[in-house]
Amino acid sequence: MAVKSKTPATEPKIVSNGNGSAKATEPRIAVWKTYKIYIGGAFPRTESGRYYPITLSNGNVVNVCLSSRKDFRNAMTVAREAAHKWASKSALIRGQILYRMAEMLETRGAQFREELQWMGMTEAQARTEVEQAVDRLIYYAGWADKYQQVFSSVNPVASSHFNFSALEPTGVVAVVAPEESPLLGLVSVIAPVLAGGNSCVVLASESRALSAVTLAEVLSTSDLPGGVVNMLTGNLKELLPHIGGHMDLNAFYLHTSDAAHIKTAGELAALNVKRLITESQTNWSSPDAQSPYRILDFCETKTTWHPIGI
Amino acid sequence: MSKKHSKEQKAEPTLDFNSKLKYAAAPESASIANIKKQYDLYINGAWVKPAKGQYFETHSPANEQLLSKVAMAGAEDVDKAVKAARTAYEKVWSKMPAKERAKYIFRIARIIQERARELAVVESLDGGKPIRESRDIDIPLAANHFFYYAGWADKLEYAFPGRKPEPLGVAGQIIPWNFPLLMAAWKIAPALATGNTVVLKPAETTPLTALKLAEIIHDAGLPPGVVNIVTGAGATGAALVNHPDIDKVAFTGSTEVGKIIQKALAGTGKKLTLELGGKAANIIFEDAAIDQAVEGVVNGIFFNQGHVCCAGSRLFVQESVANKVIRKLKDRMESLVVGDPLDKNTDVGAINSAEQLKKIQEYLKIGVNEGAEMFQPSCSIPSKGYFCKPTLFLHTSQSHRIVQEEIFGPVLAIQTFRTVEEVIEKANNTPFGLSAGVWTDKGSRIFTLTTQMKAGVVWANTYNKFDPVSPFGGYKESGFGREGGLHGLLPYLKLA
Repeated sequence: MAVKSKTPATEPKIVSNGNGSAKATEPRIAVWKTYKIYIGGAFPRTESGRYYPITLSNGNVVNVCLSSRKDFRNAMTVAREAAHKWASKSALIRGQILYRMAEMLETRGAQFREELQWMGMTEAQARTEVEQAVDRLIYYAGWADKYQQVFSSVNPVASSHFNFSALEPTGVVAVVAPEESPLLGLVSVIAPVLAGGNSCVVLASESRALSAVTLAEVLSTSDLPGGVVNMLTGNLKELLPHIGGHMDLNAFYLHTSDAAHIKTAGELAALNVKRLITESQTNWSSPDAQSPYRILDFCETKTTWHPIGI
Repeated sequence: MSKKHSKEQKAEPTLDFNSKLKYAAAPESASIANIKKQYDLYINGAWVKPAKGQYFETHSPANEQLLSKVAMAGAEDVDKAVKAARTAYEKVWSKMPAKERAKYIFRIARIIQERARELAVVESLDGGKPIRESRDIDIPLAANHFFYYAGWADKLEYAFPGRKPEPLGVAGQIIPWNFPLLMAAWKIAPALATGNTVVLKPAETTPLTALKLAEIIHDAGLPPGVVNIVTGAGATGAALVNHPDIDKVAFTGSTEVGKIIQKALAGTGKKLTLELGGKAANIIFEDAAIDQAVEGVVNGIFFNQGHVCCAGSRLFVQESVANKVIRKLKDRMESLVVGDPLDKNTDVGAINSAEQLKKIQEYLKIGVNEGAEMFQPSCSIPSKGYFCKPTLFLHTSQSHRIVQEEIFGPVLAIQTFRTVEEVIEKANNTPFGLSAGVWTDKGSRIFTLTTQMKAGVVWANTYNKFDPVSPFGGYKESGFGREGGLHGLLPYLKLA
């Protein structure tokens, strides 16, 4: 039983899923969706069997997976395997897959708008959230084969060598997504990670988790290899020590305004010299919310030397 | 390769470098060094005595003789230096037109060039590195680094498209003992060019060239407080890192200390760059130009006595050429001149300190105890001072500590491999990721290797090359941020 209703199940209360708002001319029992997590391209429930309820504006209650440390570690394992696969795709293909994600999101817009309204947005807010999320994916789809040229260099060394610096993905990134903006905020923080060729394990907005799970369904039909994005729902305070302390994690994006969380994450990052990026701003419509410098945050500069001669 | 190899080698007259080829001593004169008996702290444009009146000695590692006494900065002194830097930042340096700021930095570059020989001699006296290296590499690169970044000062908006770059404020910088003046240049030059002011702490065993640099900065007429040099040990560095009015910390040193600093800065909002340890793989394929590769391996691990974070301390040789490479490597090692750092013939100078020598010797024991076969050339080493023969270990495996841990000495661990996939896997199987080397004649294989190495600097058919325009820095536990080149500006800027 995934969605509990306060009203008797036989009442003709229509909850549409997926195809916009259906109109009931006759009583029909709606089919509800179980909101699962997304690991390695599959949609399992949390291994822990735990859940937490989210009460929707229509009165329904959704039981969302309360992901465990083990779920995170499982996701890390598949993210590490997927990192190389994703990084070795051409920049062109990465851009096209990001664009495909935008297409999938656009065509499922009605479903996202409805879910966003269930989670408290007005219709206008939900519309803007979805439209800007689509546009944001397209923005980064375009960057996928361009940021390298903007941020790379040929370096005129004094000795007889050819020397150049280019960007490579940092590797596996953990993303703690913004709490308030469950779709646009989420897309805004994972798109630059993906454009840069990294794989990621995402902890979705805890209180507004539905959009993240549905976005995972978009990702799974966008030719994105399984494991490149792994989507967990759960509690930040519980998972923070396990994310921050994971020794195979290369970078950690943490969206929070909680000073204690930032300090804890920073201290844990030092265990294996993780790159930690924290952010607290919540205006995902601002011009600063998209930038190639956000891709740069998840890249490493590699400098290569070779002698020039015969 | 039998264990008797070195004895067989002595039987071959062509390989007996020591008795047939005697180099006459060719020492550089130390008289140019002009080292004062005592150095105070350089704070706010003046030489000031440390608040607690403590001084520590700095010795020549080549003969253990006292060179000078240097002020030990305490927390009060660090605070004074940070305050001076803050005032200079707010009142002078951040307000000065960038093109004028540039001219001060150009002046520093020029005065380093003018005093280059003096600086080279002092570097070799205080740190033990061969004069050939301090004269031809450390000092010219330091001057060039200032020259390069000086030119950036009024061009920063071209470096970061779509952004307005702004300085951070006061930078606290901590540098190691392996390239004392060069590391000071790597830290100070980009910080000044981007409009920040600086408090720099040199390493305890090698403070002298940084103090000479303070003289140079003074002579260049920089406004008081723009650069402050506070000498001391770990406690001085901790006081600097933890000072609440620092905006930026830049650290070069061990991964162990780097992690302590990263942890200490958690939640403070201070910007951080770390340039930490390494355990680089140097990979030789069967089609490589073997003699060049052997020369590159020697340069990779014995340059600066192996006191190099990016030293090629793990050698991977393709099995089919392993015997040939190892024989040539041993022969080449027989010809290395180990001894007086001031002698222009010297290839391998003194180990930087008694403490470091002890650490290296412990690793030699560990290597032998783990079952690896040790080889050292038959050369003699001076009876006084801290010296270690160039050393290689055969029959090592991935699990050996001498393969996993950074030794920071002239010690090479050799493994063999068969396939490209195997060597990529082995080379990357380390928490470090600073540098790597690959030797092959095949272009496509070079690019496979250079793109697959998880390392910030990759040398193909060369090794241990450095240049001010070339970004340097690591992946993974070798740190983050880059020094050198356009990329080296970013750690000292916020992009508005």
